[in-house]
Amino acid sequence: MHTIIASTRMRDYITLALFTLVVLTAPLWGKLIGAGYPDLLKKFAIFGLFAVGYNILFGLTGYLSFGHAAFLGVGSYATVWSFKLLSMNVIPAVLFSIVLSGLLAVVIGFLSLRRTGIYFSILTLAFAQMSYNMAYSVLTPITNGETGLRVLRHDPRVLDSLFGVQVEGSPLGGLFGVTLTGYSGFYFCAALLILGFWIALRIFRSPYGLKLLAIKSNQTRMEYTGFNPRPYLLSAFVISGIYAGVAGSLMAIVDPLAGAERMQWTASGEVVLMTILGGLGTLFGPILGAALIKYLENIFSAFNDQTLFQIFDFLPHWLARIMVDITSPFVGDGWHLTLGVLFMAIIIFLPGGLMEGFRHISVRLSRKSGGDADMASLEAAEGESK
Amino acid sequence: MSAENGNIVLSISGVNKTFGGLQALSDINLQIEEGKAHAIIGPNGAGKSTLLNTCIGRIRPDSGTINFLGHDLTGGNVKPHDINQLGISRVFQTPEIFPELSILHNVMTPAFARKEGTFSFNPLNALRDQKGIEHEAMDLLADLNMADVSRHHAGNLSRGNKRRLELAMCLIQHPRLLLLDEPTAGMARHDTNRTIELLKKIKASGMTKVIIEHDMHVVFSLADRISVLAQGAIIAEGHPDEIKGHPKVREAYLGSAEI
Amino acid sequence: MEAILLQILNGLDKGGAYALIALGLSLVFGTLGVVNFAHGALFMLGAFVAVSVQSLLTLSMRVRDTSITFFEAYKETPYLEVWWGDTGRAIIDYAVPISIVIAIPVMLLIGVAMERGLVRFFYKRDHADQILVTFGLAIVLQEIVKAFFGANPIPVSAPEVVATSVDVGTMFGLQGITYPWWRLIYLGFSLLIIGGVFAFLHYTTFGMVVRAGMHDRETVGLLGINIQKRFTIVFGLATVVVGLAGVMYTPILSPDCHMGMEFLVLSFVVVVVGGMGSLPGAAAAGFLLGILQSFFSMNEIKSILPGIDQIIIYLVAVFILLVRPRGLMGRD
Ligand SMILES: Nc1ncnc2c1ncn2[C@@H]1O[C@H](COP(=O)(O)OP(=O)(O)OP(=O)(O)O)[C@@H](O)[C@H]1O
Ligand SMILES: [Mg+2]
Repeated sequence: MHTIIASTRMRDYITLALFTLVVLTAPLWGKLIGAGYPDLLKKFAIFGLFAVGYNILFGLTGYLSFGHAAFLGVGSYATVWSFKLLSMNVIPAVLFSIVLSGLLAVVIGFLSLRRTGIYFSILTLAFAQMSYNMAYSVLTPITNGETGLRVLRHDPRVLDSLFGVQVEGSPLGGLFGVTLTGYSGFYFCAALLILGFWIALRIFRSPYGLKLLAIKSNQTRMEYTGFNPRPYLLSAFVISGIYAGVAGSLMAIVDPLAGAERMQWTASGEVVLMTILGGLGTLFGPILGAALIKYLENIFSAFNDQTLFQIFDFLPHWLARIMVDITSPFVGDGWHLTLGVLFMAIIIFLPGGLMEGFRHISVRLSRKSGGDADMASLEAAEGESK
Repeated sequence: MSAENGNIVLSISGVNKTFGGLQALSDINLQIEEGKAHAIIGPNGAGKSTLLNTCIGRIRPDSGTINFLGHDLTGGNVKPHDINQLGISRVFQTPEIFPELSILHNVMTPAFARKEGTFSFNPLNALRDQKGIEHEAMDLLADLNMADVSRHHAGNLSRGNKRRLELAMCLIQHPRLLLLDEPTAGMARHDTNRTIELLKKIKASGMTKVIIEHDMHVVFSLADRISVLAQGAIIAEGHPDEIKGHPKVREAYLGSAEI
Repeated sequence: MEAILLQILNGLDKGGAYALIALGLSLVFGTLGVVNFAHGALFMLGAFVAVSVQSLLTLSMRVRDTSITFFEAYKETPYLEVWWGDTGRAIIDYAVPISIVIAIPVMLLIGVAMERGLVRFFYKRDHADQILVTFGLAIVLQEIVKAFFGANPIPVSAPEVVATSVDVGTMFGLQGITYPWWRLIYLGFSLLIIGGVFAFLHYTTFGMVVRAGMHDRETVGLLGINIQKRFTIVFGLATVVVGLAGVMYTPILSPDCHMGMEFLVLSFVVVVVGGMGSLPGAAAAGFLLGILQSFFSMNEIKSILPGIDQIIIYLVAVFILLVRPRGLMGRD
């Protein structure tokens, strides 16, 4: 998996170009798989971005955070507040989200990273629950509690009134006059996803990325090699926190509403699922995982007993009945059951995620068995001389 | 102490360490001269590794001081990475490498510590542009006869090869002082000999070394001075020839035929 | 003074639940080295054993309602009541105590199945993998319960004799402290179970081996003692303890499928505060945090520090982890 570090400049540009092509043509290929509508595509992009950022922390350093939902939530609140106070333009909104989620990540990261392993995970969990509980209690003036924070027509929006921009109808996020709804909303998310992907790619190919991987591989060795792991970990934590903040901002941009449930720790669990499902520590895995989970969620939750009966129509009626009874807990509201089972299966049987599965398949297809021959000869030479 | 005219690089004075009731180190005094290879020998559990651990900030001694080129290593806030940055590198008794990284990257990573210090934030630089470090690492690996497997995962190496890799990781840092904890344990004879050659070569380059070793062949081919440690105390110290005939040493090893 | 005493009492039963959950979590971590994120889900399963028993006992049929004479009216009446009259009604009334008896074998079975079927394959994998796979299992268990029982809380009632409150104040010569019987019972029950677990670990050979294993797993393994079998039993034991905690908690908090995840985070916090792998620590921290939490929900305190009741436990945990990472009673 770490061969990804070694790559030529040309290959990186090709990778980026292909990625851009795939993302920008999503409305077209989405149609083929029944995902060709903006709401779902936006989710692909937003959660893809969230997972790409999360992977920079968990995938490269191995630190498992259960607190990233807090940054997602802060990103959303910051964006809605920017919409309320400054402008419906999304640029200040995104910037504001970056600053706030980044600051929060510095604080939480600084404290949590004083511990490693499960203690780190539990610290992030505690901070996430604190943020969540506070969003519902003390911080209600900022978060509007259970109702959620909304953009209203009569909000001040100082920048907009300064430049004489009028809001007609219900206020929507915009980019210098272009309202970001439907496909324009998707393309804005897609642009940020591509940017986020490019930054992640550069990090993966950099000495900095190598050092993060080295920390994951053997933190003790890192310390006795003259590196201070703390600032490396903190910077990775903050970067991934900012990705989460931007993802949260995009959520509020495509639907100007922010609620505290986005901050619950189980929401952090979801991004972990995505990253693992696709392939932890791989470049494409997290995006693949995010898109796949959102895609399956869309399909599975749409099923109900009627649609199941249609599927099993070819069977004798009594058999169809049984099949529907068996499958119905897994669809509709029960989609999370499918997700849980899928997730367990991946951890148990394919810890490297789908990307590892693909690699196994491609290795088998190309029958490149001579891969470790050099290594074998090195060890064999050693064995003989004993 | 025969300081002769050489500079003292590392000076250990009055170091004590107990674990629970066990006196692992008692009143250790040791001066390591610049450019010399100083061997520490002694039976299992004598406290040899513990002594090295106190030098790299892994274990804080109960009392005593350790001074490296004028820097106090035992003070309150000296971190392992600071000690390394001062110029001390260590090969551990159980190899500490980066098993998931390629062999090449294992060797390149320590070079960054030397070049960039304890922390540098350059996420947008490309690793492939670090040609200087890559060549240096490849040259070292060529010396160790591992150049052709440089792209493989280090975790797949045998124990002996992991140790040689770890040696390379230390050497690329050009340390002022190299601490070696049984550098040839678990190695095949001809690799041991190659390692001795390599260590001799570095010795010629003037790098100061402390070597813990059970293999007396290695000790006597490399060491300029030898200290003998038994039950946490230094029972003898001197030139290899003096140590060879020392009665206390024979006693400590109790019939160990190699001496 | 009264108010403070009442808050302490209030905290004790919640603390009892925290302590029981944390006990199993810590036991499993200390002996098996496994971080079990499905432990909260096991608490929930315990609660739903009670729910199932209650709904089994109250399976009903339609019978003529004789109190209405104008027309033919029917009402739902449990079979038990139809068959056995008052005896049947009494059995239904005692649904929770009956659930305890049933929960022991059920939870043991679940625990053993979980250890044999899943957990044992993760002894050698790192903590992150353990967390993730058990987290997945927690989702699965939660969703299965949701599929059967829906997402809404289901009330379970305590036997009528103890459904009232008791005037605790008079015992201490104070006025006006009344306290539900069931909460007192819960407190007593949790102390009993905790005492039982400690006695088991201290006075049986089995327990001694387990404690030795918590202290130094490798050595015990080297002694050639069959660790595998003991691991299974320990896991089963932890499951039973947390399951009973869940059963008994149902009259206090109507169970729903999300309670597992809520209690999971809290009980991890408890374990960390007590010291990972320390059983006395887990028990003590459970009560301590329970009391702290209810103490900080007093209006006098909330008016000075608004919202503090919501976060106090986490604050304590963060503080402990940062200044004393091995917890109150953990070893180095
Ligand atoms: N961190 C520690 N905690 C407790 N005891 C320790 C610790 N490190 C070492 N010891 C004990 O101190 C004594 C000296 O150990 P040390 O590893 O220094 O011996 P050594 O001379 O390197 O032996 P060997 O040749 O086997 O490597 C041993 O009895 C060991 O058990
Ligand atoms: Mg040693």
